[in-house]
This record gives sequence, C-alpha cells and structure tokens, in this order.
Amino acid sequence: MDKPLLEIRGLHIEGHYEDAWHPLIKGIDLTLQRGEVLGLIGESGAGKSTLGLAAMGYARDGCRITGGSICFDGMQLLQAKPEALRKLRGLRIAYVAQSAAASFNPAHRLIDQHVETAVINGGISRAQAEREAVELYRVLRLPNPETIGQRYPHQVSGGQLQRVMTAMAMACHPELIIFDEPTTALDVTTQIEVLAAIRDAVKTFGSAALYISHDLAVVAQMADRIMVLRHGKLVEEAATRTMLSAPQQDYTKSLWAVRSFRTEPKACPQQQTPLLEVRQVCASYGHQPVLHDVSMSLYRGQTLAVIGESGSGKSTTARLITGLLPATAGQVLYDGEALPADFRKRSKEQLRRVQMIYQIPDTALNPRQRIVDIIGRPLTFYLGLKGKAMRARVAQLLEMIELDPATFMERQPRELSGGQKQRICIARALAADPQLIICDEVTSALDQLVAEGVLKLLNRIQQQLGVAYLFITHDVATVRAIADEVVVMQRGRVVDQGSRSAIFTPPYQDYTGLLFSSEPEMDPDWLDHLLAERAALIP
Amino acid sequence: MSLLTQLARAPLSARFGLLIILLYVLVALFAPLLAPYGETQVVGDGFAPWSGQFLLGTDNLGRDMFSRLVYGARNTLGIAFLTTALAFLVGGLGGLVAAIKGGVIDQGLSRVVDILMAIPQLIFALLILSVVGTNATSLVLVIALLDSTRVFRLARAVAMTVVVQDFVEAARLRGEGLWWLVTREVLPNAAAPLIAEFGLRFCFVFLFISALSFLGLGIQPPTADWGSMVRDNAVLITFGDISPLLPALAVALITVSVNFVVDWMLHKSSGLKEC
Repeated sequence: MDKPLLEIRGLHIEGHYEDAWHPLIKGIDLTLQRGEVLGLIGESGAGKSTLGLAAMGYARDGCRITGGSICFDGMQLLQAKPEALRKLRGLRIAYVAQSAAASFNPAHRLIDQHVETAVINGGISRAQAEREAVELYRVLRLPNPETIGQRYPHQVSGGQLQRVMTAMAMACHPELIIFDEPTTALDVTTQIEVLAAIRDAVKTFGSAALYISHDLAVVAQMADRIMVLRHGKLVEEAATRTMLSAPQQDYTKSLWAVRSFRTEPKACPQQQTPLLEVRQVCASYGHQPVLHDVSMSLYRGQTLAVIGESGSGKSTTARLITGLLPATAGQVLYDGEALPADFRKRSKEQLRRVQMIYQIPDTALNPRQRIVDIIGRPLTFYLGLKGKAMRARVAQLLEMIELDPATFMERQPRELSGGQKQRICIARALAADPQLIICDEVTSALDQLVAEGVLKLLNRIQQQLGVAYLFITHDVATVRAIADEVVVMQRGRVVDQGSRSAIFTPPYQDYTGLLFSSEPEMDPDWLDHLLAERAALIP
Repeated sequence: MSLLTQLARAPLSARFGLLIILLYVLVALFAPLLAPYGETQVVGDGFAPWSGQFLLGTDNLGRDMFSRLVYGARNTLGIAFLTTALAFLVGGLGGLVAAIKGGVIDQGLSRVVDILMAIPQLIFALLILSVVGTNATSLVLVIALLDSTRVFRLARAVAMTVVVQDFVEAARLRGEGLWWLVTREVLPNAAAPLIAEFGLRFCFVFLFISALSFLGLGIQPPTADWGSMVRDNAVLITFGDISPLLPALAVALITVSVNFVVDWMLHKSSGLKEC
C-alpha cells in the first residue's frame, strides 16, 4: 500500500469554555489514503467538525491542539510555519462549509471569489482560472456554467451556492477536500443534486475526502469507509458496507435503529366535527401571495403531519392558525366555530386551547427565567394556580416529560441540553391543558437519538391526554413515524393529502413520490439506483 | 448565586468602585453629622489655608471647604442620580413599548424623539430653563427629558432584537399583556446594555449639570455643588493651592467608580448570555 495522504495519530484537542479547558478530542487516530472518501459520523458535540478542521492543521478560536501529530503527505502540520500552512490550504487541502450562504462574501461576484486562491497561490493566469471554473461548474451540473459566475451569492439558490462552493474548493485540484455537513441545510430534493454532483466531482478529480455528517444515510452514499465518533472518541470504524450490515457497538446499533420507530395508527372518526378545520385559506406577505386555497382538518387525539420543502408554506399555515398572520380569504374553524383571524381578538380560552412548540428551543425559552417560572406562567395565567399548587403541578409536568423535578425546577434554560430544552417547551405547552399543539419542526434542530426520544414522548403524551398534534416537518421519516393524516404542501398549495397508509402506499402522486424517493436510505447503492431510475424517466 | 458570593468573585476594580460608591452614599446621607459647619455658613476669612480649624481651608466667601464638599455630595449626586433614573424610566419604558408594539405607536414615539434630538441639547436646555425658571425640580425634569431621548433610542434598538425571538411570540400567543411583556420577557434580556448606558449617562448628566452651573442656570448658589465650587475658587490655583481641584477630583472619582461597577455587571451578564 502507498503511504497514506493524511495520517493523524493520538490527536488531543481542548476547548475553552466556562473559564476552563475541556477536552474535545480525546486521542483519535485517522488514516486516509489517496482518492479515498472517509465518512465521519456523530451527534453534535462529538468532535466531527473539530477533527475536520484539525486535518488542515487548524484549530478554531477557543480551541487548542494539545497532543498528537497530523501528517499530510509527509509534512508535519503542527510544526509547520503559518506561511507553509497557508499555501497548503486552498491549494492542496480545501474545505466546504455547512452554510455556503454564510461563507461567501455577499459583496463580490462568485467568479471573483472562485479564482482568488488559484490566482494568488496557484500561479495561473486569471483567464485560465476562469476557464477552469466554467469547466468545474459544468461537472457540478450548475445551470448556465458560462455565466453563473457573474452572479452574486444572493442571486443563486441555496443548492446551487453549495455546488459553487464545492467547485471553488476544487479550483486548485486539491488532494484532500473536507466536506463539513455540506447538505444539511438543504431540502431533500436539492440534497440529491448536490450529493450526486459532489460524488461525481470527487471521482473525476480523484481527490481524497473527509465527509462529515450526522446523517448516516447520506454518508453511506458518499463514503468508502465510516468512522463513528462520540464524545471526542472513536466508537467504531469499518468499511461502509460492513458498517451498515453488521455494526458492532451498541451506540452504533442505536443510531441505526432510530428510524424504526412507528406509532400505532389510530382510526379516524370521520363523523364528528373536526377539532381544527382550515377552510380554503389564502394569505400573503405584503403583495406576495404565499398560501393558495389551503384546506385541512384535524380530529381530536389525532396527528396531522404537514410536510413540504422550505418555502412550501407549511410554517405560514401554522402562523395563520395561531393568528399571527391574518388570512386574506377563507377561515379557520376550531371545534366548528370560526376563530378570529387576529390572535389579539381571541379570548383567553381560545388561546389556551391551541399551544405551540417551536423549532429552535434555545430561542423559545426566555433565558432569564427559571424552569419553574417558564412552566408555571401558563398555569398561573390560564388556570390561576399559584404558590404551592403551581409548584406541585410543575413538578407533575416535569415528571411527565421525564425530567427530575428536584434537579430541574430551579435551573435556567442555559444549563440544559437541546433535547431537555425542547422537553421544557413541551411541558410549557401542556401546562395550558390544550387540546391542540402545533409542533413546528420540533425535532429538526436535534440529534437523531434525541429527536427520537422527543417523538416517543409526544406519542406517549397523546395516548395519555388525547391531545391532537399539527406536526409541521420537512422530514419524511418523521411523518412516517408519527402521522395519522398527512398533508403534502408545495409552493403554498396542498398537493396531496390522505391517511398515512394511503399516502405511503404506491402509486404516489407526482410531487409526493419525488419527495419520498429523495429521502436518503441506508442502502449504499440507493443514490445510484435513484439516479438511474430518474435518468430512465427522462426520454 | 447569592449576592455575597458574587461580590467575593468580583474583580478588584469592581470592588473598589462599589466601596467608593458606598462611601459617597454614606457621606451624602449623613452630611449634617459629618460636616463640622453648615452648608452656607460663613465661618472665617476668605481663602483661609488648611488648618486644624478648617480642614481644607475656606472658600472665596469664607465658607468651610470640607463642609461644602460633604454637602455637595448630597446635592450633586442626588440630582444627577434622580435625573438619570428619571431619564431611564421615561426613555427606557418608551423604547421597550415602541419595540413591542411597533406600528403607529413606534412611529409616533420615534418621530417625537427625532424632533427633540434635532435641537442641540445644551441650547435646548438653556431655552427651556430660561422660560420655566431655574430650580432643582425643573433642572431635573428638563435634563431627564432630554437624556431620555438617547435612552429611548438605545432601549428600542436593543429590544428590537429581543422581540423577534420565539419566546416573546410564545408569550404574546399566550395572551400576555403589555406590562408582562415589557417587564418579564424583554427587559431582563435587554438589561445589560441599558445598565452600561446608565453608568455613562450618569456621568454625562453630572457634566451637563456642571456646564449649566457654569452658565448660571444649574444648581443655584448658595447651595453647594461640586461644579460651581471649582469655578468659584479657581483663582487659588494660580497660587499653587490644590483645594479648588478637590471637588473636581470628587467628580472624577465617582465617575470612574460607577464605570468600574458597570463594566463588571456588563461583563457578568454578557458572559451568561454566551454559554
């Protein structure tokens, strides 16, 4: 075997927070051969990104490399001079960040940013660099490869921008590219295109790559070999197919099993009045119409899942139901009664019955209040509970969301993990004793294992209390796990709806089929098959 | 964390600042007990030197310098503090309400503030004070009103970033009233920059009062005031006597101390926000 391209031995990295140094990476070994794609998997805080950056000999602000060695093609990066490292980065090692939108300078044209490194460090002429850029845009299947470079970052879509960034990383034909969650911020249908483009490009130029992601199914498509990380340590390492078919460690197995959770389907009582009925609603932001003739109904104790990509109007529908955005036509009926369009005109009782849980629990909890205040306020506000009675009920609610009251009652949100915060949000919604809870992407900001826990909790609460959920999500797997009824939205319209079994049984309606097939599967050949199928459809 | 442990962990500068502020407050409160003579009592010849009888000598009219310094703490500190507090009450509340309510209320309040800010502060103050006459009440009210416009703009800007967060929306959807939104949801999260501004504002008000006193429209004689004490006795500096600089030193010391404490509080609250 040749000498490896990248060799990391016994790497230790520490991060500075809460006035002390804490270990982030605890002795990791990593070997990458030329032309090989290595997948790094783990939940947030596992040290994936830190390790990815370390492969360039870089530590973020507030981090320091305390031990080990990083050897890139015979060169010790930790002992290298800053100028040598600077020459290395961009020319021989490139980095593709998670958010392309935040990584491009919005004031410069794409092509200017693209050729910068090649011209300054690569020693080629500007004209040649531009010719090569156009060629790369073509390989990455960007529309109008000759002219797209003349645009500014805000003039292309998120998926295109991510591909432009990949092209930029490849500008100098680097031997190693680090992809840090390059498709996490994209819709599933866009993700396919980016994944296919990245894979082609890596193959075409024979670069080695580190592919960092929390999504196992995505990594399975890209990587030859997978490393599972947790708490800064290696859990397991194996070739992709071995890893998928026969994981050894319990943690890895639990990651694999996440997608198997299913709720029991509930019979739909068609006869009674729906708890919530959205009737032919239209809405607009200013003069821009965003919802067209949207109708849906939700029965007591059921879960209605609204699925769609970003910009499909699913969150707008939630805003409309809560009364934050007035409808321009149509109405929202609650238990057969029309709700006032503006939440300020709704009675306390009407407000109490519909509660909301948000996508990002960090901003949904007031950082200056203790947990007991956060959960206790709806109790005092709606039900008039005070003092001991209020505290007793808060304790009860905390037990219901599986958090120990004695430990958590007096804490502040910042002392909690993401999953715990989301549970507090659930408890706050439950405190109002509602009949309907709107869940707006409640699991998207959470790691898979944590998200599964939250879904199970929501399901148990539904069984106990008979509360109905309007579940807004972009994730097909979540819908498959928990929905009774499904509504599919696209560009502000409802394009498909029905019971879970009906929606998930072929034949699919066009857009629904596209959405479902775009959801990555745990099969390493999934992407190949899908692309072959889609290519066959186009005459 | 209790107040005591927080104090124990405070940096040296903050502890020094707190000590000085405490000292000033005590002096202001117990002025009649500490001062050997009355505030406006003429006790000797003008410009008497430092001695056992007159600790820091006497001023141009023969009043005891030390006594006036002690009483000055009461007047200058009291008026500056009252003015700043009032400015924050009016401007801060207005800014928060404007940010939360938005729309017509925000536009209305903001335009009034723009108009008030369009006229140079000192000239505006002189104008109003010469119309309504100079006394402590009108001095406090006028400066508070003018300074509240600055506080309004800061409070509104800070609150704007808070009101867009989900927890404020959650509180609105719960049906909470304006008072709850202002005091429980927005203010605690906008407090850090406002506290910092309080320290700066306090010093500005101090200087502003001194400037007005210099022009004869500030605190009126014979009331002891550190600003006018410097001016009245400035002649002595030519004779190499540092007595007239003592009131200026008192101003400087309290200014620095207040800012030490404010810096510490700001650092503490912003540190909490990061993690």
